[in-house]
Amino acid sequence: MIAEAGLAALWLAAALAALQLALGALGLQPGREEYLAGVRRIAVAQALLTALAFGCLILLFLRVDLSVALVAANDHSDKPWLYKFAGTWGNHEGSMLMWVTILALAGAAVALLERQLAERTLVATLAAQAAIGLGFYAFLLFASNPFARLSPVPADGQGLNPLLQDPGLAFHPPTLYVGYVGLSVAFSFAVGALVTRDVGPAFARAMRPWVLGAWIFLTLGITAGSYWAYYELGWGGWWFWDPVENASLMPWLAATALLHSVTVLATRDGLRAWTVMLAVVAFSMSMVGTFLVRSGILTSVHAFAVDPRRGSFILALLVLYIGGALALFGLRVGTVREGARFDPVSREGALVINNLLLSAVLGIVLIGTLYPLGVEAVTGEKLSVGPPYFNSAAGPLALILVAVMGAGPLMRWRRDDLKAVMGRIALPVLITALALLAVVLLAPPIGILPLLGLILAAGVAAASVAPLWKRNLRRTPLFTYGMVLAHLGIAVSLAGMASESAFIRETLVAARPGETHKVGPYQVRFDGVEPVAGPNWTAVEATLTATRGDRAPRTLKTQMRSYWAPPTQTNEAAISTVLDGQLYVVLGNPGDDGRWQLRLWWKPFVTLIWLGGAMVALGGFLALVGRVWRERQARLREEGYI
Amino acid sequence: MKPRHQRLVLAVLAVVAIVGAALLAMSALRDQAAYFYTPGDAKKDGLPAGRAVRLGGMVKDGSIVRAPDGVTIRFVVTDFKDEVPVVFRGIPPDLFKENSGVVAEGRFDTRGTFIADNILAKHDERYMPPQVASGMRGAMHESPSIAK
Repeated sequence: MIAEAGLAALWLAAALAALQLALGALGLQPGREEYLAGVRRIAVAQALLTALAFGCLILLFLRVDLSVALVAANDHSDKPWLYKFAGTWGNHEGSMLMWVTILALAGAAVALLERQLAERTLVATLAAQAAIGLGFYAFLLFASNPFARLSPVPADGQGLNPLLQDPGLAFHPPTLYVGYVGLSVAFSFAVGALVTRDVGPAFARAMRPWVLGAWIFLTLGITAGSYWAYYELGWGGWWFWDPVENASLMPWLAATALLHSVTVLATRDGLRAWTVMLAVVAFSMSMVGTFLVRSGILTSVHAFAVDPRRGSFILALLVLYIGGALALFGLRVGTVREGARFDPVSREGALVINNLLLSAVLGIVLIGTLYPLGVEAVTGEKLSVGPPYFNSAAGPLALILVAVMGAGPLMRWRRDDLKAVMGRIALPVLITALALLAVVLLAPPIGILPLLGLILAAGVAAASVAPLWKRNLRRTPLFTYGMVLAHLGIAVSLAGMASESAFIRETLVAARPGETHKVGPYQVRFDGVEPVAGPNWTAVEATLTATRGDRAPRTLKTQMRSYWAPPTQTNEAAISTVLDGQLYVVLGNPGDDGRWQLRLWWKPFVTLIWLGGAMVALGGFLALVGRVWRERQARLREEGYI
Repeated sequence: MKPRHQRLVLAVLAVVAIVGAALLAMSALRDQAAYFYTPGDAKKDGLPAGRAVRLGGMVKDGSIVRAPDGVTIRFVVTDFKDEVPVVFRGIPPDLFKENSGVVAEGRFDTRGTFIADNILAKHDERYMPPQVASGMRGAMHESPSIAK
């Protein structure tokens, strides 16, 4: 019954989306304003129905209802309840249902909360949101039905990929999806504003909190995903330039550019057409990512589908929405009036450079991600594009971008004096030079990219807090603190990346119990192995004792786990975090001679990478709260309440 | 600066940035893209010594040998016609075993041995990398052991 209820709710939601689109389109005709009021309510009802369908699927997974094909294929009665719950989206159909649920909820949130946008533009926005929803409802109902029944009912489920059986599964996919799909709101806003010819500062002020919200979640999701891959895969890496990672990075780059250009439009009425274009591009990147991940053309822990029809379906949706939005943009861009002018040396100028560099990096990542697929489709030749390409092509641009990020907030809007700017960035530049001197004198020789990364991080960290210099800190608006914190977070993250790649130490040995091996500042003794067991796995657990100088020794336990449903082995790395880095230990296979393979890494300051990511997200949150609060105050003042 | 002027300048800048990025990307791709070889391809196309490539195939039955240091392994990758010897120093992924699909990243040395920097795992017992599956489509019929 639950499955049928879920399916019925999904069909109803799809019907309401169609109604929402139709009423929205009709209501925009002159003299039909009476339709407009209903569109908001329909958007909310549609979201409730979709959420109900998603709730039904979660319930089926929690109850391990094996008569449902999806549950039988991915669930197992031995799994801890957390993984039954999170396993709902650890598969193709469930994750697409979550995608659509978030899309509908985002639409409902706009319908309920948005009070600034002109009513007609809002309705056009909701209609656009419904149009996106319709396509993905169709995809679910016709090509990825999560509620299909199975007969005969199997004795137990096939279980969830053990790599996904981690608390990270409860956090990373929903967070990333809220960011990913949240960008649909920016897309729909852009389409709505193009339809009603309403591109201007008021539109930008209305759109900004939604972009910020999506961007915060995207930042959190990417940061969490990076840390998850780092500790779960046992490879010790935090970014692999895997196409699936790129699929989340590309919307982030576009959203970051959008976030900055929408500020120019809101504050200075500049970059009108460009901002609308970016809003379209940002969500397009989300859909490209969805296509890459969900079509099954990639080999990845994220790719569940191997049905080529599904890939074609998503590709068709992708072409329809991106093509449609770009065509609309092409038709209407002539009606978007030129924004306010500004001097090349100005905050706007810096933000334009920020946008161009972000777009260039986005282009490089996009080309590197799609090129192998394109080549294989055309010539049948298989090739892979990996870190050497991305680091050498995108790395230098990213460093320039970070430098511009440091200088931008120190410039005035509209027009600034080059000499005065030089004066303001003198101290950060001096700090960069001192950092260069220190690294060259004190550190062993390191590569050029890590070196530049380290010294830039020092200078940019100083430049990031400079906007607070000589200001009344109590009167400084919250969103300025947000900007400072986010920019500082980028510097912190960059410092972590550069330090990890410059100073990492690795020891790979086959060791007998009792042996001691050195890695970085640590002496690591291999104490021995013993068997242990968990709810749905057994493991060999190695115990190691790490000592560093005369500090108290630390005990590390690393496991090689064997799951039985499905039968898979995983490495659980032992990670010991100290202030200046992490010791990372992985247990490998036993030899015939009683020796065990051990891989030991000392990763100086690696934790800064994710600390920085969290700071960026928190900065975004402060900015969001600050902006929303200020707009609210302004509205209350206007209406005479204060 | 006239308004029309500024919009034009910005548009030109955007085009320059995008074209520049594309050119940069293309030149980096020419140097850095790693091509995928099966042992048969490596024999047919000649060995691109020193260039980053990927080698895919099956680990030959009985070919995995561990060196005395305990962390270096030698094995043979086969597509059931041609074979390539591989050396790898490190911990191979969990699903690396004989008679199982493998993709190794690295380079050939001048004597035709493949020096692997990295061995990629299938993430899932039920799953075979499409590259290996299609690279071996011909061989599939001859060896029932790898048919899914």
